[in-house]
Amino acid sequence: MSLQFLADGLLAGLLIGLGAIGVTLTYAMLRFANFAHGEMMSFGAYVAWSASFLLSALAGTAWPAMGPFSITAAVLLGGLAAMILTAGLALLLDRLLFRHLAGRGEAITLVIASFGASMALRSLIEFAFSSSPLYFSSDLQIAVRLGMGIRVTPDQLALIGLTLCLLLAIHLLVTRTQAGRAMRAVAENPTLAAVVGLDVRRVVGLTWVMGGALAAAAGTMAGILVQIRPNMGFDFLLPLFSAAILGGIGSIPGAILGGIVIGLAEAACVQFVGAEWRAAVAFLILVLLLLLRPRGFFGEAA
Amino acid sequence: MSDPSSLPPMPLLTVEGLVKRFGGVAAVDGISFTLEAGQIMGVIGPNGAGKTTLFDCLAGSQLPDAGQIRLAGQRIERLPAWRRTGIGLGRTFQIPRPFPAMSVLENVMLGAKDQAGERILPNWVAPGRVRRQEAACRERAHELLTFVTLASLSHAPAGSLSGGQRKLLELARALMAKPSLILLDEPAAGVNPALLEIIIERLLAMNRAGTTLLLIEHNIDMVARLCRHVLVMANGRPLAAGTPENVTSDPRVAEAYLGGAVA
Repeated sequence: MSLQFLADGLLAGLLIGLGAIGVTLTYAMLRFANFAHGEMMSFGAYVAWSASFLLSALAGTAWPAMGPFSITAAVLLGGLAAMILTAGLALLLDRLLFRHLAGRGEAITLVIASFGASMALRSLIEFAFSSSPLYFSSDLQIAVRLGMGIRVTPDQLALIGLTLCLLLAIHLLVTRTQAGRAMRAVAENPTLAAVVGLDVRRVVGLTWVMGGALAAAAGTMAGILVQIRPNMGFDFLLPLFSAAILGGIGSIPGAILGGIVIGLAEAACVQFVGAEWRAAVAFLILVLLLLLRPRGFFGEAA
Repeated sequence: MSDPSSLPPMPLLTVEGLVKRFGGVAAVDGISFTLEAGQIMGVIGPNGAGKTTLFDCLAGSQLPDAGQIRLAGQRIERLPAWRRTGIGLGRTFQIPRPFPAMSVLENVMLGAKDQAGERILPNWVAPGRVRRQEAACRERAHELLTFVTLASLSHAPAGSLSGGQRKLLELARALMAKPSLILLDEPAAGVNPALLEIIIERLLAMNRAGTTLLLIEHNIDMVARLCRHVLVMANGRPLAAGTPENVTSDPRVAEAYLGGAVA
């Protein structure tokens, strides 16, 4: 039996996990499911592509690929720009939409508003870039054999490395800084955080910044791995929510672990059942989970 | 900011005509008092007298409908709770609720104010400064946990603490922000006698170190031991004020506690 699904699933799962961090934290803090989170991933991917395209145009020539990877320095810089601009987009959505609605409406108002934001963003992207897919690179990648029937491309290895670096940075931020502690406290109990004197509004802002930046990173990497499409973020939505709920709402390690489980399950399904069933996997896991253990791996008992 | 020593001495806390209504009921109905720096003052009164609502208004959990609150001369009655903690007002709760999944130490560290690491940017551009502050914050949290006798539990999840230990934890968290005034809502309620002695002794030590205390308490012995000034509330109004001996011998106070209608 080939264990190829482990390699594919791990990377896909890490990307789902990166995206799910923002979902799980904003869900815990603001008590609503943000449907526009997938579009932050697409937005990030398009910003990264545009920025790297611009950098190449400015240099007058294509930037050389680094070593065996198809990723150029321009793509890395583009990814950085995408993280910054998507963090800004998340803050903007919070200021214009969610903050105003959170004060008066019920949770469903926020959910529907995020659905509207999701559709508007997707249509804007399609308007600006058309619906035909874009690619960071047209280079062919030669896969490396790792044994046990596993083959990975150099890009896949680079992306796994990059993701692990990001996760380490998040881990340090969340456990070793006041900002991270405040985020965990607000995610655990927003009302209590306010009465003990935390500036909840600012902590929520920080969370949007972090969630947006991570979504952009995940979107960019998904774009490098496959392709960039206006629908890519929307297609990620179900895996994102499944990962967040599987890990327990509000838990960052839970989101990552949940993402890896979903990614592995999807990849296993593609390999052993058939690619046409892939999208059903996250849905199936979500339904089983809500029936059997609705608080997820690390969630508090309701 | 002018040099405080050049100003005439002013009370640390001044409350004037404070009113808080819920629907048609005035839970706090015209409370005024002043608290000098360095004092320990007790607020007593039967259940439903409006003591906790008074604290909610002082700490910023509720906004008053009328009246003024000044902390060190600054009007604070409209400020959100996190701003009030930033200018020296700490608070503990009648039923302490820590963040249960976070460690005891982390719960205390959450009380720190004005940390560079609170913002995203310095964490990346000035990691050295953030790390030094973080280390200082951690060390101070350890000291405070030692002060409240919880040092051995600093890495336990806060949800595993007993009710009395949670009160001590809240005390440490409130002290973390270096407050000039701490509001204590029933620090003795539900605490076993041995722990109560520790709490009383720690409160006195905090006061000797310069922290002003305002406490709600039903345990009259504890009030008599700690406070030289007592405010008695009933039905949201001030009923009596003075030394513990004076107010406890006041017939109106006895009447209010025994449930008679207030004259």
